[in-house]
Parts: sequence; structure tokens; C-alpha cells
Amino acid sequence: MSDYNFAYLDEQTKRMIRRAILKGLAVPGYQVPFASREMPMPYGWGTGGVQVSAATLTPEDTFKVIDQGSDDTTNAVSIRKFFEKTAGVAVTEETEKASVIQTRHRIPEAPLREDQILVYQVPIPEPLRFLEPRETETRKMHSLEEYGLMHVKLYEDISQHGAIATAYAYPVKVADRYVMDPSPIPKFDNPKLEMAAIQLFGAGREQRIYAVPPYTKVVSLDFEDYPFEATKADHACDLCAAEDSYLDEVILDDAGNRMFVCSDTDYCRTRREAGHVGRLGEEVAA
Amino acid sequence: MTPLLQVKGIEKHYGARIGCADVNFDLFPGEVMGIVGESGSGKSTLLNCLAGHLTPDAGQVIFDTRAEGPVDTVTMSEPARRMLGRTDWAFVHQHARDGLRMNVSAGGNIGERLMAVGARHYGDIRARAVDWLDRVEIAENRVDDRPSAFSGGMQQRLQIARNLVTEPRLVFMDEPTGGLDVSVQARLLDLLRGLVRQMGLSALIVTHDLAVVRLLADRLMVMKDGHVVESGLTDQVLDDPQHAYTQLLVSSVLQV
Repeated sequence: MSDYNFAYLDEQTKRMIRRAILKGLAVPGYQVPFASREMPMPYGWGTGGVQVSAATLTPEDTFKVIDQGSDDTTNAVSIRKFFEKTAGVAVTEETEKASVIQTRHRIPEAPLREDQILVYQVPIPEPLRFLEPRETETRKMHSLEEYGLMHVKLYEDISQHGAIATAYAYPVKVADRYVMDPSPIPKFDNPKLEMAAIQLFGAGREQRIYAVPPYTKVVSLDFEDYPFEATKADHACDLCAAEDSYLDEVILDDAGNRMFVCSDTDYCRTRREAGHVGRLGEEVAA
Repeated sequence: MTPLLQVKGIEKHYGARIGCADVNFDLFPGEVMGIVGESGSGKSTLLNCLAGHLTPDAGQVIFDTRAEGPVDTVTMSEPARRMLGRTDWAFVHQHARDGLRMNVSAGGNIGERLMAVGARHYGDIRARAVDWLDRVEIAENRVDDRPSAFSGGMQQRLQIARNLVTEPRLVFMDEPTGGLDVSVQARLLDLLRGLVRQMGLSALIVTHDLAVVRLLADRLMVMKDGHVVESGLTDQVLDDPQHAYTQLLVSSVLQV
């Protein structure tokens, strides 16, 4: 056992964060201010998500961290190690076995269950920020439900690109009330926001926490004649042949060769172990 | 006939100084009222109090709403007042930059009010934006350009289009021709006069330019030091000024 208090933060801080989380769950999509702490990592590395995870974890939990869907990037490995050291919780790379999943920019492909919690790292929680720079004004717009401006952004997309070109951080309306930034997940993941698990969003630098309770209605904003579309690269995974997962494009050489692979590494591995083989994949001994 | 706007005893203080005091008037549908006076006479304070941008210290601003008839907008709930601001009211700022979103295309600027009141059909919104660009004499092919690429006069016309697209009944204008050169001013005035008559708008125009009120306004109010010193029909006030300050104002205009 380490010399840290369980999960790094002191009990009073965790209590304060839990209060913010409960308020967020009570008012889905509402950004609850909280006193964000300095964490032993730079802003932008997921300080908000880490604080929410710290306040959520119990010694019995199994913890998983993904960064852009992947379990083995620097960010994911560091945060997983951080909680291994400071909380001593079990960790896993398998979505199925995890009870708390911290994520950056993706929702796992495997459907989540009611006994799981998904924690998002959020860089900019305010969906109206780049349209209206004044915080006082955006808060008023949220409280009065004045969301016409959000559609101005989508209008601009269509007039410039002929389609809604926003591909990530696609704005959604939660429970017919608050417009929310779902963090920079690809819009492919937007339909999955209506799920069985609890979803918590933490923005450390901006000091905001918000939440989507299980089975809450989440609607992606759109126009009647330009409806929302969850898009992905039009390929199958080259390792596991999945056609329903979000893909990363990987450049292989300077001769124009490239491959598409699942961005969710655990999903891809599970499929390969089950015997699925893609264009460039090899048989895996299960 | 019910007045569209009844202003009763509006008062606004900035600490010990008076912004404006004891202002009373009625504005009827289709009527254009000019408010003139020198800088610091309380014109803009008054306009901002009436348009709900400032809260007056005393008085009533009673607007004849479509749904509920005459309602005091000073005491009405903020959401309702902001809703009025997007639908039945329009506010044209002196500097187009204050009234436009400079990083959003002309079409998006015009469409914003439509989307704010619930329009969700891109094709319709765009068609109305193009229609309004045409009505304010901006070429249709500029619809996707940002206002920063527009000249001052075009920006001002775009601001007017953006405000009038929801077909408001009352337009507040704060020096709409300020900072424009005279030929551009003339075109803008011509356009405004056409739109006001065509749409049957009521308007309150704050200006220090007597030529503007002579052309546009039916009635005139002259302000000095926060008080209304003279009011009446525009031609009557300008041709036969009674108050010493109005006489000074009228005689100060250069005759070319």
C-alpha cells in the first residue's frame, strides 16, 4: 500500500467532487462548477477526468483507461499507473471487466452495462464557447434555453462545406433541456450516448463537471433537410474485419499504402481472438 | 387606437448624475419617432432603457404584445423580454460590428434570429437570407462572405437585414448612419425609408443628424441634459423651434 490517501485526493476534496457529480446527475447536461485541484499532471492530460475518477473509485473497483480508444498510449498508461499506485485498485484492459472506465475522445464499442461508469476527460465543456466568448452570456443562454446560436455553427458548416462538417465534439441536447458538448468524441459515437452506464464528464482546467444519467434522451442537433449522420471511414478493420467500429487510418509506407484499424484496441483484440481476420491480419491463437 | 409603445416617467441615474429623467411619450403603429440632442444628452441611455438593455430606475415601458396586449416590459420576466428582443423588437447599433457576428457569414448572421425562434430547415433559412440580402441591396453571391469583407455601408445594411428578418414591429436605431460618408448615408436612408413604409414598422431613431430625422421621422423629441425640452411633428419642430436649445440646434446645421 502506498503513502497516498486512497486515490490521491483527500477525503474532503472527493466529497466536494461527489456533490458536484450528484448535482450533475440530478440536472442532466448542466455544467456544475467545482473547485478543481492541481493534479500531478499538466492540464490537458485529463485532470478533470482523473479527479472525477478519484472521487468515484472504491477499493473494489476495476479500472480501465482509454485514450482515443486505445489502452496502450502514453496518456492511458500513465493514468492507469497513477491509480494503480495511489488507489491500489485492480486494472484491466477489457471493457467487459471494468467497473470504472476513464476515456479520452471515445466511447468503447462494446455496449456498457448498468454497473459501469464512464468518465470523460473534457477540454472545453462549454459548447457555445467559440460562438459566444462571454461566460456570463453563455450561462444566461443556458438558463434561458436560448440555443439558436448552436444552429448558426451548423448553418456555417453547411454553407461552407455542403454538409455538417463538424466531425467531433458534436453538440447534443440532453433530456430536452441542456445543450451539451459530449467532449471531443467522434460524432460516430453520439448515438451511443444513450446508454445503460452512468456517464460523467470532468473538465479540470475549466472547473466544470456534468453528467448524463443512464437511459437519458440525448439528441444530436441538426437541420430537417440536413439530418445528423454518424459517420466513419468507409472500410472494414484490416485486422479484425469489423465493419461496425470506428476506424483509425494508419499510413504504412511512402508508396501510398495504408490500413484502417479499430480505434478501440480491446474490441479489436476480442474479435481477433474470436477468430475474425481482416485483410492484413493473421490468425491469433486464442 | 392602442399605442404600440407607451413610455411613462422613465428615469435613469448614474450615481448622482442624471442619465435621463421624466420621459413620457406614446408611439403608435407605423409611426417613426426621432430623438435628437447633443452628445451626452441622454438619447442613448433612453433608447437602451426602452429596449431593455438597461434597467430604468423608475417608470414604465408598456409594449402592445401580440399575445397578451399591453405589458410593462420593465417588470416582465427576462426570458419574455429577451424573446421580444428576438422577435417583435429589433435594435440597430451605430457600429455594425456591435450588432453583427463578424466571424459568421452574412447568411448565418441573417439566419441567427430565425434559428433563435426555432427555424430548423436549412433550405428555408438560406432562401430567406438571400431574399433579405436582395432587399438591402447586397449581391446574392456575397451570402457566404463574412461581414469583415464588407464595406461599412454594406455592414450597416446587413445589420438591418439581420434585424428585420423576423418582421419585428418596433425597431430601435442608435445613430444608424453614424460614421458613414454622405452618399452611403443617403442610400441607407433611402433604403430605411422604403423598408419602414413597406413593412409598416414603428421606429425610434436616435441621432444627432437633423437631416436623418427630417427624412425619416414623423415626430421629433429634442433632449438636453437628460430631459425632453421640446417635442412635436418633425417639420413643426425643425421649422419653428420654440426652445432655445432647439433653435441653437437648428441654426447649427451648415447650409451648403
